[in-house]
Amino acid sequence: MEIEFIAGHNLYWIISLLLLVGLYGMLAKRNLVKKLVGMNIFQTSIILFYIAVASKRNATVPVIDATLGSADPAHYINPLPHTLMLTAIVVSVATTGVGFALLISIFRRYGTLDEDTLLKRMR
Amino acid sequence: MRKISLIALVLFGALLLYASSGLPGHGDPDGPSHRERSRVGSPVAAAHYIRHAQGDAASPNIVTVVLADYRGFDTLGETIVVLTAGLVCTLILRRSP
Amino acid sequence: MTSSSRNPILITASRLLAPFIQLFALYVIFHGHFGPGGGFQGGAMLAASILMLRLSVGAERSELKFRKSWGTPVGALGALIFAGTGLLTLLLGGRFLEYHYLPFPDLSRADLHSAGILLIEVGVSLAVMAVLVAIYDDIMEGPGGN
Repeated sequence: MEIEFIAGHNLYWIISLLLLVGLYGMLAKRNLVKKLVGMNIFQTSIILFYIAVASKRNATVPVIDATLGSADPAHYINPLPHTLMLTAIVVSVATTGVGFALLISIFRRYGTLDEDTLLKRMR
Repeated sequence: MRKISLIALVLFGALLLYASSGLPGHGDPDGPSHRERSRVGSPVAAAHYIRHAQGDAASPNIVTVVLADYRGFDTLGETIVVLTAGLVCTLILRRSP
Repeated sequence: MTSSSRNPILITASRLLAPFIQLFALYVIFHGHFGPGGGFQGGAMLAASILMLRLSVGAERSELKFRKSWGTPVGALGALIFAGTGLLTLLLGGRFLEYHYLPFPDLSRADLHSAGILLIEVGVSLAVMAVLVAIYDDIMEGPGGN
């Protein structure tokens, strides 16, 4: 029981660790580019979590295979999280581009991306 | 400030650990999102998609059918989001000649 | 970056590779019904091939493949193809994105859905490709870029 619980849940702990790494980057780093990298790590951990939830034992990818007979849900992993994350990856790339655009315009105006210096110069 | 954020991180990590103990095990075929019927008896979307995707859209790839057919409006929203992100980059960075 | 500092191996290799990447991207888009693939992935691969050319042979010559000014119009065209498919089914008596009202004769209901999915995959791939290239072009524009 104990071994089974660890074997079934260690993936969630690793994903939580990745999420905490991203959150640490966003909270503690003073450079805005590093904050953006932290946000990307955070997003990646969320995507990994969805893909982990979608998996099913003794099942294959969600493309119907004629040799498996009728479309039985026990034979295919859950297609819904894959669909959601497919769009989320592309959207995360685009929003990261928006983030970099904002950082570039901040750098053009204030000449720095360090948070403390930026707050001083904004006064 | 740094100390406060570290304490908040540790507390949040403990909360995540506690929450993960309530999740179904990795690959458990009886997980709530894999069942045919939810706990209150309503049909679950994923099983319905797997059963009916090929009959509804003549396409074996279930992910494509869910993306473009069952959830086409959602995908339209995502496309508009991507397009808006591109427009915002242009508006922020391109200088008018 | 000046063109004299560029590596000829990089230029030749990327110019050789780019058409094959684009061909494979088209395969991914149009084979998305029968295997892994679809508009988002294929669009990202098309954008990757164009960005590879932008990085290796420079902005001026890679504009022969995809102009900087095309980003926003092509992206809008992709979204228009997507929304236009939905509006077409709306005009022909169905609901929004209800593909079996599409005006293709001699097709069964499931095949009409398949055709509608193909239409909006093409729209999505155009939008994704154009937007990813446009974001790169906007970021590289200005005093620090080439």
